[in-house]
Amino acid sequence: MTGERCVEVLRSGVLSTVQDLGRPGHAHLGVPRSGALDLPAHRLANRLVGNPPGAATIETTVTGVSVRLGRAGTVAVTGAWAPVTVDGRPASWSAPVSVPAGARVDVATARRGLRSYLAFSGGIAVPAVLGSRSTDLLSGLGPAPLAVGDRLPLGEVLGPPAPVDVAPTGTLAEEVTLRVLLGPRADWFTDDAVRILDRESYRVSTLSNRIGVRLEGPALPRRIGGELRSEGVVLGAVQVPAAGTPVIFLADHPTMGGYPVIGVLHPADLPLVAQAAPGKPIRFQVVEPRPLRSQVLSPGS
Amino acid sequence: MRIIPVGLRALLVEVTEPAHTAALVAQLHGWRDRGELVGVEEVVPGELTVLVDGLDDPAELAGRLAGWQPGAARPPDGPLVEVPVRYDGADLAEVARLWDVAEEEVGRIHGAPEYRVAFCGFAPGFGYLTGLPERYHLPRRAVPRTRVPAGSVALAGGYAGIYPRDSPGGWQLLGSTDLVLFDPDRDPVALLTPGTRVRFRNVDANLDAENVDVRDVDRRDADVRDVGRRDADRQDVDVRDVDRRDVAG
Repeated sequence: MTGERCVEVLRSGVLSTVQDLGRPGHAHLGVPRSGALDLPAHRLANRLVGNPPGAATIETTVTGVSVRLGRAGTVAVTGAWAPVTVDGRPASWSAPVSVPAGARVDVATARRGLRSYLAFSGGIAVPAVLGSRSTDLLSGLGPAPLAVGDRLPLGEVLGPPAPVDVAPTGTLAEEVTLRVLLGPRADWFTDDAVRILDRESYRVSTLSNRIGVRLEGPALPRRIGGELRSEGVVLGAVQVPAAGTPVIFLADHPTMGGYPVIGVLHPADLPLVAQAAPGKPIRFQVVEPRPLRSQVLSPGS
Repeated sequence: MRIIPVGLRALLVEVTEPAHTAALVAQLHGWRDRGELVGVEEVVPGELTVLVDGLDDPAELAGRLAGWQPGAARPPDGPLVEVPVRYDGADLAEVARLWDVAEEEVGRIHGAPEYRVAFCGFAPGFGYLTGLPERYHLPRRAVPRTRVPAGSVALAGGYAGIYPRDSPGGWQLLGSTDLVLFDPDRDPVALLTPGTRVRFRNVDANLDAENVDVRDVDRRDADVRDVGRRDADRQDVDVRDVDRRDVAG
């Protein structure tokens, strides 16, 4: 394959997928938004190799990925911190790395965080589905998760790599605190539930995925029993299924939900969830949403 | 009507009648098409709600909606989709029993109304169809199937639906269609979008279809059992379901 504008997957890791900015705009058809879970890391990886932010990258999970480049190019690894090597020689993380044709790029197991992003100059150019190349694990749209032997075409290089040695990135704290804006269904829960959410600590369950992060910890008692009529759900929704422990909806989340959503994460905190590995302690900081001046109960409601 | 903030950039608008969701969606599309909903990414009808996501200024929209009346914007009739059905579903006998009719009657009852897609969810292209008279509403199966084949024509709660692809599911299966409901490489990708009208046509029926007397069909009363609305809800939401197909991560 040397000479071809593509990358070959040599080791897929537990779960590596192609991701870009996702396919928002189709939720009314039941199509999840999908897309990179740690969007700032995805955008940074693209910027480092000279791609526009919408170019597709590889999103890894815990154990990284190994690929071989057909042609010489630039790569960058961002997100979860992991050792990077090119043909066995250490290379920089969160920096543009020049890779000769035929060289092997290894992203090892993440030492901090959960999901690394591997960008290639030109971007991964698998066919787009509904405007996106993202793998959607809920509905099966987009390319299948990567498997050994897959060959992914690369697009044309559009710009030069970023003129930086190493891009500054935030550090990941031992315990993650997530701001949660109450609503739309906080009134289905007791005052105690809101206090519990604000004060208690949770842990990321191993039953978490790109669809949602399941938490272990105290249950949130309901004030209103019964069932909610199916309603649209947003990215970052903190939904409380029958068992009472919350689930945070990530990019591949179902478009509709029938369990009440007690609150929604501040969008700036979504990357923290994307990088929270199973066992990671999670705290919530409850924020009252700004009141809508015009909240109105019309006659008959 | 109640307007509830959802995070920083979305609103959930609750209406009092299921029919009002279509009127509200039509109004929102009108504003969006005139460039008056800046940033909006999604307008998603639910059973009694419309979610508007991706708003630059949710408070501004909330103010505008405060004076909105459902009667003011009658939703246009959506396109009509005819669905050819073979009434050969695995639950045909059970549905006939629940309705207290002969098996041959099930297709006539199911095919009599004109349905409307109230909202979509569960899977790309899965529409929740309203229009079946209440006396024919059915609970979900007590034990969901792990695999329902694509094209299965089904009922649960107050809704009719068609599975766009193989998936787990707990709805009662009446029959099957060859119609491809969702194809990302086709335009339109989804046949059943909110507002679309739907008719089912029995492909096995003889040419004497005109002899079917709908009144006759409707007169047969299946007693109104617990229609199990809540079960219908379970259909699309449970992340536990989702976990089964999953990979650690």
